[in-house]
Amino acid sequence: MGSKSMKSLLVAVFSLFLLTYSSNVFSQEKAGDNKKQDEKFDPTKAIMNHVQDAYEFHFFSTDHFEAAIYLPVILYSPQKGWSVFSSKRFGPEHNQTYDGYRLEDENTVVPVDPDVTVYDLSLTRNVIQTFLALILFCYLMIKIAQKYKKGEGVVSAPSGAQSFMEPIIVFIREEVAKVNLGSRWQRYMPYLLTVFFFILINALFGLLPGAANVAGNIAFTLVLGVISLIIILASTTTHFWKHIIWPPDVPFLVKVILVPVELFGLFVIKPGALIIRLFANMVAGHIVILAFISLIFIFGAMNTVAGWGFSPFSVVFVVFDYLIEILVAFIQAFIFTALTAIFIGQGFEGSDHDVPHEDHAFV
Amino acid sequence: MQLLLPKLGLILWTLIAFGIVFYILAKYAWKPILKSLDEREKNISDSILSAENMRKEMDNMKSENEALLAKAREERSQMMREAKEIRDKMIQDAKEQARKETNKIVADAQSVINQQKMAAITDLKNQVGNLVLEVSEKVLRRELNNKEDQEKYIQQLAQKVELN
Repeated sequence: MGSKSMKSLLVAVFSLFLLTYSSNVFSQEKAGDNKKQDEKFDPTKAIMNHVQDAYEFHFFSTDHFEAAIYLPVILYSPQKGWSVFSSKRFGPEHNQTYDGYRLEDENTVVPVDPDVTVYDLSLTRNVIQTFLALILFCYLMIKIAQKYKKGEGVVSAPSGAQSFMEPIIVFIREEVAKVNLGSRWQRYMPYLLTVFFFILINALFGLLPGAANVAGNIAFTLVLGVISLIIILASTTTHFWKHIIWPPDVPFLVKVILVPVELFGLFVIKPGALIIRLFANMVAGHIVILAFISLIFIFGAMNTVAGWGFSPFSVVFVVFDYLIEILVAFIQAFIFTALTAIFIGQGFEGSDHDVPHEDHAFV
Repeated sequence: MQLLLPKLGLILWTLIAFGIVFYILAKYAWKPILKSLDEREKNISDSILSAENMRKEMDNMKSENEALLAKAREERSQMMREAKEIRDKMIQDAKEQARKETNKIVADAQSVINQQKMAAITDLKNQVGNLVLEVSEKVLRRELNNKEDQEKYIQQLAQKVELN
């Protein structure tokens, strides 16, 4: 009985919290509408701007005030050299030109002169948020590690943050590493753990209201996918390559088809599966949340009463989706890690008999 | 489409972040944590093993104790039995002895009585003889002229004889 009322209290608090969040978005969008009088609310544009990277953390704005943290823009052009400036220079409407650069589609810096090429190394909100999340996470993990070093959790039961992290670490060790990597599991543990928590912490931070969608950015997943590919390739054996390039017991004509397929699978499909799955799952959750919130404004544009009337339903759906997103963050981090481990295991499968034979169709 | 195009800056920064985080965590977090977990698991399995050994030892000791106890119990009952036998035998012996003694005493007494009786009878015979002799003497000494007197006298004498 007590836990039930506690649960409903938690739900109530969470909804209230989301209500304030959604009202922030509301004011933000409304302010945008006021400024661009003739422009109607465009949910696609609003959602895409929220899901993508940006040069500032934008919370809300009124007619006279922009609640935003402007981040540094760092550009390198072979013709013009380095230019570093605050993204505030693009103006509150993002339509001003500075130092020969302007902002296109809200999130791409392009040179005004089309002959100039530019490399954009800006500390965007994704970069800043990734760094903050990782600093926090590293601090936490090092503190936990120090606790272990002192013997806490070794000769006694684990306590505090240890109790939360330990089951996850043990789970990855038992269910991911040992199952897929046979006797060589120990070598890959640091990578598997790092990639798991790297995805998890960034996905969870991306769920904070006003935060950037880090894990749902193709650049982020691309980096992880490519690193995984390098590790997969680095752990392959000659036995593996023999089977890929000249599969035994296969007729010649089938070999002609099979070999390109195998090579394509190794270099494109495996990392591609990792990259696109993570990206799509993360971005989809954010789009769903934002779509439900946008519904309020779509109804609001028709009729103010309809907008307010629909908002409770939106909030309920958003809360539901938020909870799913938390689950998805864990699941996707796990899947990425597990698939990486399976692909690595396939690389030395057969050369070493204690590696379990995985189903090749599992991609 | 913008969504699907990775940006160079973000790739670079993510790569740098991942590299640094991997280095830091691998060196300062995962290594000690995994080592500690291994150590703890080893501790636990060792403890379980030693506890199991201890239990086995205890079991052995217990069964040994039980065997010892059973043996002691058996010995005790054996001793009891023996003691009982000895006691019974002693009682039996004593009874036998007593019976023999009694018989002997009774037999002795009977022979003494018989002897006494025989002595008494002999004595009596002698006395009766003596008396007869005395009476005969006295009768013979008187003048046996009178038949009447004789008979009177004999009666008198007979009256005097008191068989005591």
